[in-house]
Amino acid sequence: MSFLNNAITGVSLGSIYAIIALGYTMVYGIAKMLNFAHGDVIMVGAYVCFFAMGNFNLPPAVGVVLAVVVCTVLGMVIERLAYKPLRAAPSLAVLITAIGVSYFLQNSAQLLWGAATKVFTPIVSGSLALVPGQLSISYVAILSVACCVVVMVGLTLFTGQTKLGKAMRACSEDKGAAQLMGIDVNATISMTFAIGSALAALAGVLMCSAYPVLSPTTGSLPGIKAFTAAVFGGIGSIPGALLGGVLLGVIETFANAYISTELSDAVVFAVLIVVLLVRPAGLMGKYVPEKV
Amino acid sequence: MEKRLNGKRISKASLNGFVNYGIVIAAFALIQILLAVQKPLGVTLVSNIMQSLLVPACCYIVMAVSLNLTVGILGELSLGHAGFMSLGAFSGVVASFLLAEAIPFAPLRLALSMAVGAVFGAAGGVIVGVPVLRLQGDYLAIVTLAFGQIIKNIIMVLYVGVDGEGFHMALSSERFHLAEEGTAIIKGPMGAVGVQKLASFTAGFVLILITLLVVQNLVNSRSGRAIMALRDNRIAAESVGINVTKYKLMAFVTSAALAGAAGALFGLNYSSTVASKFDFNSSILVLVFVVLGGLGSIRGSIIAAAVLYVLPELLRQFNISDYRMLIYAIILILVMLVTNNDQLKTLAGRIIPKRKGAASHG
Amino acid sequence: MADKKQFPKGKMVPVPSVSIIPERDVDKTPILECSHLGIDFGGLTAVNEFNITVGRTEIAGLIGPNGAGKTTVFNLLTKVYQPTRGTILLDGLDTHGKTPAQINRMGIARTFQNIRLFSSLSVEDNVKIGLHNQEKYSMFSGILRLPKYWRQEKAAHERALELLSIFNMEDLAGHQAGSLPYGAQRRLEIVRALATNPSLLLLDEPAAGMNPSETAELMENIVKIRDTFQIAVMLIEHDMNLVMGICEGICVLNFGQIIAKGTAEQIQSNPTVIEAYLGKQREGGGA
Repeated sequence: MSFLNNAITGVSLGSIYAIIALGYTMVYGIAKMLNFAHGDVIMVGAYVCFFAMGNFNLPPAVGVVLAVVVCTVLGMVIERLAYKPLRAAPSLAVLITAIGVSYFLQNSAQLLWGAATKVFTPIVSGSLALVPGQLSISYVAILSVACCVVVMVGLTLFTGQTKLGKAMRACSEDKGAAQLMGIDVNATISMTFAIGSALAALAGVLMCSAYPVLSPTTGSLPGIKAFTAAVFGGIGSIPGALLGGVLLGVIETFANAYISTELSDAVVFAVLIVVLLVRPAGLMGKYVPEKV
Repeated sequence: MEKRLNGKRISKASLNGFVNYGIVIAAFALIQILLAVQKPLGVTLVSNIMQSLLVPACCYIVMAVSLNLTVGILGELSLGHAGFMSLGAFSGVVASFLLAEAIPFAPLRLALSMAVGAVFGAAGGVIVGVPVLRLQGDYLAIVTLAFGQIIKNIIMVLYVGVDGEGFHMALSSERFHLAEEGTAIIKGPMGAVGVQKLASFTAGFVLILITLLVVQNLVNSRSGRAIMALRDNRIAAESVGINVTKYKLMAFVTSAALAGAAGALFGLNYSSTVASKFDFNSSILVLVFVVLGGLGSIRGSIIAAAVLYVLPELLRQFNISDYRMLIYAIILILVMLVTNNDQLKTLAGRIIPKRKGAASHG
Repeated sequence: MADKKQFPKGKMVPVPSVSIIPERDVDKTPILECSHLGIDFGGLTAVNEFNITVGRTEIAGLIGPNGAGKTTVFNLLTKVYQPTRGTILLDGLDTHGKTPAQINRMGIARTFQNIRLFSSLSVEDNVKIGLHNQEKYSMFSGILRLPKYWRQEKAAHERALELLSIFNMEDLAGHQAGSLPYGAQRRLEIVRALATNPSLLLLDEPAAGMNPSETAELMENIVKIRDTFQIAVMLIEHDMNLVMGICEGICVLNFGQIIAKGTAEQIQSNPTVIEAYLGKQREGGGA
């Protein structure tokens, strides 16, 4: 029974990682940058929802929508102000800028909302008892998995079927060629950041509902882990992000339960290293050798 | 950076090297003079805070120069440099403790501890480097990041101690059986405790000089050229017979060893050290020094590390301390934007008069 | 600017004929023997049944339409790709399973179609990197600057300038390789390859982007290189004047298969080759 309980926890945690990783992977795919500020957008989303529900007594659904809207705008603003001017810059410069943005968000949050840890009120509470007293699934877990599935299906349809989605894929293949085909590359990239940040907000709310502590640095470790998940699955690949996220969540939960609480992160990262050694482009990534 | 590579590079390279030694020696001499005269003169020239920052600043200069070897000269992004520092810090602390009776002479013990730190750093470099260096770009970055996290997590649960029976080591408090009269050196999440503070500014200065010697001479040798060849064009480097793994590993391990030595010095500067001091953020901090100082520019790394390490710490005294990190973040973003965006560069050029004819060199 | 003096002095005849190459004894004992060489990419057979022998001091040409698999052959010879089938013998030694770096140490050096210089380094350093395996001092001698370091660095410096003088490029030694004009970059690639002391030099479109007088000078230099270093040269080139002018043996590739082998005259009159380049004459063109 504890095995099943752990599996459920793992999958639901993994679903949250997957949602964050999807945002990471889309941004990476199109902007070819490691957006280290992504994790902090999660934190902002959680704070917005926290205050919407706590201070203004808005219903959870409104809180979530508000968080998504705020983060979408935030993502676009960050992209416009910090990343867009660096489109032609070396990738390391963009990376450092992203780190700067991450520091900025964390410290702004600390100034605005204080460094103290806040206790997040879950947007849904309670759990569904499958075997009374032994096996239960929290509604947050169900919601997380459901959101992940919806997001995944939605994104697959979006990138595969819609005009904007196709533009996005074109831009991630070759920006120059996409531009020549009449695609507005800047708008497309901006759109990608918007979607990624909206997903981050959603993930932030779900994560804080499952693990109800909130502080300005809440987002950094999940951010790094989601990034790991994205690499795990093959960065740039949407199904890869899903697979990587879920696997990461499951491995982490099992390592936590059966190996050691303190070493669970070490196990996760060790598995990542092994996976990359066997499959240098991740589980579902394509390895493109350099043409000579 | 490219400009500096132009023209008569050979003589310029060694000249650059000597200037770097000169800067370090002059800075050391200046600080020593200020420290020497402030008591007789009865004025504070180097504040207490400043004095406490001297050794860590030296450590971070070494960290930055050594990371530059990986990022700037080898051209591979590493996000786990603090992991090697951590290995060096804790192994150095243990070595210093174990050697306490055998070698009472502190400077020698410090030197040996730093050597032990370097060996552990290098060993870590080999362990990560051998499997990982066949990955490229962002994948290598994520693995170094993962490695840094693993080191941190393991040291957080590491217990090391000595008692009558000898040396004890365990990965959890339950399995750590130390006799009553024994001494614990590393206590899991509490880190290294009861460390005898051996570090000195002079040791830091010597370590910087050694680092400069190693990195600068390496770069201007056959091995250094092979490393830079790999950065510029791996396929061409292979086509002229350069062993990719060997030279990548050489740069990576040298860089890790220097970080280990810096870690040992850092660890021996405080009576206690925790593993979380060497986390992802501190790897990033060093990377910021390297990038802002200029990739491949040793002098840039030295200056950026010294200034950017000391400045935020000094800002703590002022009443803007709440905004300190926020300001740091904004400055970081602005500097990256101004130095990397052509429009902003010209704009900034109009406001701040440019250094002598920047674009004239062909 | 510095490139100006690269123009030949007074020799403005851009198209030399075969006859201007002096009669000489070409050592035809094989340095390179390929048999049944082939590679598949997925289901696509890029090169198949590639059999060729190159003599010890022969200049061999590899020609064929775009996409015929010429560069792939070079990549097979230098083990950038591992062949799916067949063997490559270099001076009688099997090169199976070797890495590109080991191949270079065995004696094959190459240039690239899309220039691959160490562009942030100086011209001299580029050549010195080619000399890498002839310098023998260790990392520690380098760091500690032992006498070995100074001796060998001095020798390398002199050797680098000497090699650069083949193309009159000594004056450019201190320049950044990436800032050189296109033609000089191509020449530097050849010098760098020569620095590795090869017994077989592979040139991938050495004359691409050069004007006729530069090409003429290049032709002379390729012959000069072969004569002074006593090495075999194999080149891929679209400039037929160059190929017909200096190659003693020519091999024509189409769709990954050798369609003709022989001397310049034999190739020029071979109907299959003409067809491959110009399409079928009688049945109203290709398609």
